[in-house]
Amino acid sequence: MANPTPASTPAQNAQGAQGPARNGSARQEGIYGGLAYHLMAPAWLMLLFFLVAPLGIMLVYSFLTKEFRGGVVWEFSLAAYDQFFFDRGLFGDEPPQLEWTYIGIFWRSLWQAGLATLLCLLLGFPTAFFIATRRRGKFIWLFLVTIPYWVNLLIRTISMKFLIRDNGPLNEWLLSLGVVSQPIHIINTDLAVQLGLFYSYLPFMVLPIYASIERYDFSLSEAAADLYASRRHTLCHVILPLVKPGVIAGCILVFVPSLGAFLAPDLLGGAKHLMIGSLIEEQFKGSIGNWPFGAAASMLLLGLVLVALSFYAVSQSRARGR
Amino acid sequence: MPAKRDIRHFPGFPPLAWLCLFLLYAPLLVVMVYSFNDSISITRWERFSLRWYEDVFFGLEAEKFRQAAFNSLVIAMGAASAATVIATCAAVAMLRAGAFRGRMLSFPLISLPLMVPEIVTAVATLIFFSAIGFTAGRATILVAHIVFCIPFAYLPIAARLQGIGAVYEQAAQDLYANRWQAFRLVLLPLLMPGIIAGFLLAFIISLDDFIITNFVKGAGVETLPTAIFGAVKQGIKPGIMAISTLLLLTSVVFVTLSCLFARMGEGNKYR
Repeated sequence: MANPTPASTPAQNAQGAQGPARNGSARQEGIYGGLAYHLMAPAWLMLLFFLVAPLGIMLVYSFLTKEFRGGVVWEFSLAAYDQFFFDRGLFGDEPPQLEWTYIGIFWRSLWQAGLATLLCLLLGFPTAFFIATRRRGKFIWLFLVTIPYWVNLLIRTISMKFLIRDNGPLNEWLLSLGVVSQPIHIINTDLAVQLGLFYSYLPFMVLPIYASIERYDFSLSEAAADLYASRRHTLCHVILPLVKPGVIAGCILVFVPSLGAFLAPDLLGGAKHLMIGSLIEEQFKGSIGNWPFGAAASMLLLGLVLVALSFYAVSQSRARGR
Repeated sequence: MPAKRDIRHFPGFPPLAWLCLFLLYAPLLVVMVYSFNDSISITRWERFSLRWYEDVFFGLEAEKFRQAAFNSLVIAMGAASAATVIATCAAVAMLRAGAFRGRMLSFPLISLPLMVPEIVTAVATLIFFSAIGFTAGRATILVAHIVFCIPFAYLPIAARLQGIGAVYEQAAQDLYANRWQAFRLVLLPLLMPGIIAGFLLAFIISLDDFIITNFVKGAGVETLPTAIFGAVKQGIKPGIMAISTLLLLTSVVFVTLSCLFARMGEGNKYR
């Protein structure tokens, strides 16, 4: 930020509002120097009070005892986490065995999210590269990729459901073209969930990769070509290492929301193909839920996301340090 | 550059890009086309008709959807306005108030709603409101929406503010404008495209939200997405496709406007 010009100092003095906040470093302060806290206060208050505090309370709730009609009893208990990892029989008196149901749901979420990320990358990278290297029409392409990003996720999921139903348009076209003789059954399978996730988050992959390819200096590719590198070598050993931060950002942007997705597994996967999101939602639905268990599952999901985000942070700072 | 070999060109990439575009739009276009289908069966094409749109506006469930649409619009308007004011103040503090204690932590805090999975935010907000004994209803939806709209409003506003040099307000102050006047008469007009872009994005984000609303809405209060979700649970009826098409077009209009405002004056940056 530009230093205030000396001439502006009298005007600021005339205000007298800066008072003690103005010390030796006054020259580095912006025009609204003394007001930082007043201006920042609404954002801090809203986010601390309505996001950070709730996350804290959720952590507390995950250690409480469940009440049977939803809600909690204020009594410390590890039951929620215990239920997640161990099976103690119907009456809770048998020796604990590892419980695979919930770990299995997390595992399915992890590989579904991972696969969606990989598929988005395989299609998103060429698209981003193509857009970034266009001489004309760059803006319109970007705009077209951005639009679905902002269209209601619910509506996009419904569209996908409509398209791939047993007697939906996709099957009808395939039948009329004679590609298949029986309608292919996609809905309520893992494949349907995968399609939904891939479709939901594809634009998230293209935009950050585009941004980093845009900054890539193509004279490096020329140098590589002059040294007889093939296209594939140039891509793998010159371009990819340099655009890696964008690729990782895109992967995070697809992976994190896929992991906690609710709409795609709920609408496309049916009851058999639960993912973390639908598992959590079930715990808060009506009177059959288990709030501490839902809070514990949310904490575990948050933990996974934090691992992914810290991986991202490390890779970004390493790229910057280069 | 040798004409024989364009280093920017990778064979296979252009078809993949077109495939990507096709995949992004095919399901949406199919729904839009079929929302104009006269047939009661939603999969066979009969002929063009607007009857499902008529159904949406005047049919049996019209009243329910009208109420839901009204709730959605009021909440989106309120949440986007509040988030825009909060985000504008925060952007000015972050970029124009020099160094202050807590500045380093402020950006992660503002972008926190983008990093926490939506379902986790929803659970935490529900638990929080129930713990402090807040009755769920329009007010809880509004508060929750303001929180997650803040980063969406903040990003375009901060991007715009970064492009405006501090010299303009300094010049105003040299001419004896006080800080409020420098802000109101100089910075605010220059910042306006960013503020409008931020407002529109926040509006869209609020209008579109399903998961968080679904958790914090009280019994009987519906927004458009929760009403649509409830209806879809009983099967996709053509009316749903008509509503979806309308909502889709609304989003497209708002995003287009937002893009235009964000690009406005990009050529002449106020450095």
